[in-house]
Amino acid sequence: MKTIFFSIAAMSLMGVLLIGAGSALSDYDGRYSYDDDDDDRWEHMMRRSTGVYAKPNPTYAEECGSCHMAYPPGLLPADSWRKIMSGLQDHFGDNAELDPATNQEIMTFLLAHAADTSGYRRSQRMMAAVQGTAAQSPLRITDNPYFRHEHHEVSPRLLKMSDAASMSHCNACHQRAEQGSFSEREIVIKGAGRWDD
Amino acid sequence: MNRSLLLFAVTVALNTAWAADPATGNAEAGRQLWTTEYGVSNEKRSCTACHTADPRHSGKHIKTGKVIKPLSPAVNPGSLTNVKKIEKWFHRNCKWTMGRECSALEKADILAFLKSN
Repeated sequence: MKTIFFSIAAMSLMGVLLIGAGSALSDYDGRYSYDDDDDDRWEHMMRRSTGVYAKPNPTYAEECGSCHMAYPPGLLPADSWRKIMSGLQDHFGDNAELDPATNQEIMTFLLAHAADTSGYRRSQRMMAAVQGTAAQSPLRITDNPYFRHEHHEVSPRLLKMSDAASMSHCNACHQRAEQGSFSEREIVIKGAGRWDD
Repeated sequence: MNRSLLLFAVTVALNTAWAADPATGNAEAGRQLWTTEYGVSNEKRSCTACHTADPRHSGKHIKTGKVIKPLSPAVNPGSLTNVKKIEKWFHRNCKWTMGRECSALEKADILAFLKSN
């Protein structure tokens, strides 16, 4: 009886390791065939390994999310957020000014979960791609080399077909982007269907 | 003489009240402001660019594509209920659309227009 129990335990452990290894290998060339299982037991672990921090902040969601997707803070380094939050009067051509107290509150939230201090693997990849380069604190998530690598197959034609107004419209294709999940499985492109390569 | 002075005073008082009280704006003047294209930088900008000409319709952010709920309280009861929010959006959007802040009178007129639809 004991032996059976141990072999089951050992097999489950191996399963975990295999999935982990598969995920790590597939991450290497930008494929995520094993990430984000819907099963509750895996949810936390998988989110940690392939997602970014996405606990919602009501003020952030209200103030920033009314014009665009409230980007998970782990997609940019702290210095990027500092630059963005201190230049809201010209926010990519738009005026997005906030009163000082609200600005401070949002900034605190963003800095606490920025890519450079995040334990989430996707954030670490975003960070690794810019660290030590001339553009270590990009203003646009879409300027990050890792982001560009991951999206190199998205042609202008495909983008036009989709519902996305631009590449910054994450949740036009990534169905759970606002929850911090960018699994390939969750990609649905309008006009092209599920992403399958 | 006294009478015309009095009339003048009343008119001035009324106008001031209009400017300060958003409930008494002029809807037609508001519609004008709403549909005018303002030349800021190289592009023409207007309220309708994102909100459409009809406040009862949903709009779409011109850049991000995010859907904007109708501003007309008749179809969106939550709209125009929070003064702080109204001021925030006037501040941001007047600056973007017209390149300057809106006057109290302009705000009153726009609110009257939105509420009349």
